[in-house]
Amino acid sequence: MSPEAFEKPIGFQDVPPKLARKKREIESRLSHVFSSWGYQEVMTPMLEYAETVGRASAISEDKMFRLIGQERAMLILRPDQTAPIARMVNSLLQHEALPLRLFYHASVFRTQEYAAGRRAELYQSGVELIGEPGVKADAELLALAITALQACQTSSFRLVVGHVELLRGLLESICPSEEQRAQLTDFLIHRDYVGFEALLQQLEDKEAVADILQLCRGLDHKEYLEPLLSHSSNRVVKAAKQLIRIWDILEDYGYESYLTVDIRLLGNINYYTGMYLEGFADGVGFAILSGGRYDQLYEQFGRPLPATGFAFRMNNLIETCNIECMEPKKTTLFYPKLQRKAAIAKSKELRELGYTVVLQIDDTQTDIVWREE
Amino acid sequence: MELLTIAMPKGRIFEEALAILADAGIPVPDDLTKETRKLILTAPEAQLAFFLAKPMDVATYVEYGVADLGIVGKDVLLEESRNVYELLDLQISPCRVSVAGLPDKDTVNGRIATKYPSIAEKYFRGIGEQVEVVKLNGSIELAPLIGLADRIVDIVSTGQTLRENGLVELETITSVTSRLIANRASYQLKYKRVNRFYDQLKKHIERRGKVD
Repeated sequence: MSPEAFEKPIGFQDVPPKLARKKREIESRLSHVFSSWGYQEVMTPMLEYAETVGRASAISEDKMFRLIGQERAMLILRPDQTAPIARMVNSLLQHEALPLRLFYHASVFRTQEYAAGRRAELYQSGVELIGEPGVKADAELLALAITALQACQTSSFRLVVGHVELLRGLLESICPSEEQRAQLTDFLIHRDYVGFEALLQQLEDKEAVADILQLCRGLDHKEYLEPLLSHSSNRVVKAAKQLIRIWDILEDYGYESYLTVDIRLLGNINYYTGMYLEGFADGVGFAILSGGRYDQLYEQFGRPLPATGFAFRMNNLIETCNIECMEPKKTTLFYPKLQRKAAIAKSKELRELGYTVVLQIDDTQTDIVWREE
Repeated sequence: MELLTIAMPKGRIFEEALAILADAGIPVPDDLTKETRKLILTAPEAQLAFFLAKPMDVATYVEYGVADLGIVGKDVLLEESRNVYELLDLQISPCRVSVAGLPDKDTVNGRIATKYPSIAEKYFRGIGEQVEVVKLNGSIELAPLIGLADRIVDIVSTGQTLRENGLVELETITSVTSRLIANRASYQLKYKRVNRFYDQLKKHIERRGKVD
């Protein structure tokens, strides 16, 4: 089927002036917040090698747009921004002092099923904090995300935090079978809580199962996590400690009311190694941001480094920011052809005063006139 | 109290879904009936809004967040793989998704007619059989009778429709009941309300389970 002249490839969109203005405004507010926290902007190419960045990416390979490069190497449109930044940090920026604080505004590309109504080009604005292990860095990111959302006048929002190790430890402690654990995790990845609970109910230790199900309800106070500090699994204790310390730090920011812990929340489990987060806001059915700690990515680029980061999903975020971006008032400057030079001089003068000026020939005029719309 | 919007499936499971909500003590608007032509109905004092949708579309509405919650068959969830939370098995409208066909007929063309192309494809790939899936929108049982396909993949509850058309159930792919589903953002933002709603239904289901 050959495309009609007006059509775009599936999942791609145009950005008309009004939307572009709002997107730029949000990006500029985000840049401002990110910069004021010591983050520096970077840009990477839109094309990467499938064999390097493609393989390291958290995005599965069947979601990548592929093309063949000049040297016949398989290329991909960047499916995320984190892996390309890891490549850059471990090459171009390898002598920079750590930790590195970086941010970006970029499109990432993912193939979508037909008629699923999902986007193939996703605008992301994100940050990476590289070379800093531990909860201080994780908490910094959460606080930065909240500050950034406030700066964009986002409708009532909430950050939901999970922890890969906490979940792993809890499941290990009640479910000896590795196969069943994989199944439980798989249910959670598919957000099938019915399947998850049904399988848990089959396990022997009923009391421990009931404890876990109780933990599965939205935990909006850190006290809910405290019983986990005396858990028999070291993994659980360590992860719970981390979450509580993150919470403590956010209390110092005054941000704790934005937080919920959901122990079932999972990102890509082969990628995230610690805290994982998603953000939601009123009026949008999808996550407006996601991210977490990914300490295993960097070794794929030759130098293991702890790292943590998140990205705003601009396509969703834009719908929930209460920012009015007025079209700038336009002044039209009419002039008879013969007075072009004078008209140009006048337009320069007006623009320097802050006017938006459009020049328009009008031979019915005897002199230059301008009118604000 | 914030508004909670619930997408209800028209058709086969509607009445049972409505009954379970009412029995669990959730205030259901009086005019929410099978006969209603209205698409949106509200219980303003309880801050609840219901809307009626094709069962196949319920998961889509919930994924996009135009409904916070939905009631939908597991068959739809398996077919549509929508990005929603599956919260509770309501244990209503039990049935199964099965492979059926004419008895004693050799499969010749490996063609499968179904309303569930992705369930069918996944199932046959799983058992190591390559088939050609033809998507139909209704009267699936017709396909083997007129030679469009050897076998069908469809919902079976009592098996009566199959029997009346001389078909037999060959294999069960999965059993199906209706589920309570939630939008990802609603689940996290309105968790207190969603949890209350969930508890009410769950308690009722457990009580009913004990009585049976």
